[in-house]
Amino acid sequence: MPSLAGLFFWMNVKLENIKKLNVSKSLKLDCGKTISNFPLAYETYGKLNGNKDNAVLVFHALTGDQFVTGTNPITKKEGWWVTAVGPGKAIDTNKYFVICANVIGGCMGSLGPKNINPDTKMPYGLDFPVITIRDMVRAQESLLEHLGIKKLLCATGGSMGGMQLLQFCATFPDKAFSAIPIACSSSHSAQNIALNELARQAIMADPVWENGKYVSKNVQPKNGLAVARMVGHISYLSEKGMQEKFGRKLQEKADYEFSFNADFQVESYLRHQGYAFVERFDANSILYITRAMDYFDLSKQYNGGLVEAFKKQNTKFLVISFSSDWLYTTKENKDIVIALNASGADVSYSEIITDKGHDSFLLNEPEFLKTLKSFIDSMYEKFKNEKRI
Amino acid sequence: MKKEFKVIAELLPNDTRVLDVGCGDGSLMNFLKQEKNIEVRGLELNQDNVQQCIHKGLPVIQGNAETELHQFPDKSFDYVVLSQTLQAFYEPEEVLKNLLRIGKSVIVSIPNFGYWKVRIKLLFFGEMPVTKTLPNTWYNTPNLHMCTIKDLFKFCDEKNINIKKVIGVNEDTTSLIKKGNLEIKNLFSKLGIFLIG
Repeated sequence: MPSLAGLFFWMNVKLENIKKLNVSKSLKLDCGKTISNFPLAYETYGKLNGNKDNAVLVFHALTGDQFVTGTNPITKKEGWWVTAVGPGKAIDTNKYFVICANVIGGCMGSLGPKNINPDTKMPYGLDFPVITIRDMVRAQESLLEHLGIKKLLCATGGSMGGMQLLQFCATFPDKAFSAIPIACSSSHSAQNIALNELARQAIMADPVWENGKYVSKNVQPKNGLAVARMVGHISYLSEKGMQEKFGRKLQEKADYEFSFNADFQVESYLRHQGYAFVERFDANSILYITRAMDYFDLSKQYNGGLVEAFKKQNTKFLVISFSSDWLYTTKENKDIVIALNASGADVSYSEIITDKGHDSFLLNEPEFLKTLKSFIDSMYEKFKNEKRI
Repeated sequence: MKKEFKVIAELLPNDTRVLDVGCGDGSLMNFLKQEKNIEVRGLELNQDNVQQCIHKGLPVIQGNAETELHQFPDKSFDYVVLSQTLQAFYEPEEVLKNLLRIGKSVIVSIPNFGYWKVRIKLLFFGEMPVTKTLPNTWYNTPNLHMCTIKDLFKFCDEKNINIKKVIGVNEDTTSLIKKGNLEIKNLFSKLGIFLIG
């Protein structure tokens, strides 16, 4: 990829033109360091109504960004949740005001490891402080303040987005009328930490990475990052789904090549996904964000009691899991439901039966989208009535 | 709303907390919420039914009562309702124990296998009974542990479960069932509704 440096330059130029909030108040991070005057990039869809009761906050997942729907102005590709969000969609932007912010530690305009460190005038790299899911969520609260939203109609997110959401509800119990955590967990499992470690080791093993200093050289450890992405992609599918989609099909050839080229379609798919990813994502961001996910343990924050974390909830919850998701299993999602139940919270739960694995929440999964729409629409009616009273 | 639900609704005081186990499409929950200001929760296995409850804005948890009642804390509801499914569980005794743990009181309804039409079918025709309340044939029925009103009466006595009220339902009429009229009511009631705990 000869133009990678140019591409990076171009991306940084483009990033100047996206919506950003400068968060002036200082934020004490869980690691002990403090950040202040930092950029938080965000996007909104639809219009906030006069009563300000139609706001929906979306938290994005590991490799997502603030461009939920429509065309991502940076990558020129479709937004990551175009199946669920947009005019006439489950989260209907003709009706609701949808907000999404890029997480801190990310690389789509919010403060992250490729930003310039004011102390050294060089990109942070590994000097960037280690952040947590709670740090991400606290940073985003400033955005709600900025937009003048006291209470969200709904907050939602899948995967790491769901983890942010659980943290958000625990930290700010009065900020959301309803919440939909999707395919997530209240603490990262050993298996998920292991997979994240695999992704990080792939990046760090790339000689270009150079302890994270590659940024200042306008290069990217693309081989390592691509492998990291491939690991992710395997974990987002299910065994059955993968078998059905690829089986042993060969990639545009009649027989084996007796080489190490991508003979199989599944290999070709992974390589494509891996190398397409390096064009839009920063390797150090993957290190930081996966670390934040690994450190996530809501019950630890509340002295071992997940029930305690949800004690103050008035929020109405709908937890959704997917039957073939082995990354954030139905069991893990049910544990959230059990804790919410035990804390007396208003909680609904639905398990969507599908072969499409963890990825299901991003796909056109009709039962899932129907459930999402039913819940948000019924919550909107309730929220309006409650406000009127 | 069907007669059975009307009887159940009458047993439930206003402004209470009720768990409806096997809540179906939420029609009972909806009624209780709208008419009696009852705080409802549902547990339901079927995906379409769960969907319909969510559509109505009713809190529902998708799950199997046989295996997932453990998630509800002790005495977390004033009442737990179980309509016509006790006989379909592998271990009805365990389920009932759990319901009594979760609710301060429990309402259980059963299709009465002692109903005269059921008895006639078996006695004179030598066939497994198929009736309006028991619409399935022997090979596709979900009912594993059919019982009569008298059976459940005896069961509660043996297990020291306090029976507060038993109502027999037959078409549009209902009647109070006591020990004194148990034999006759066991013959003429299609359904038995037990308030226990």
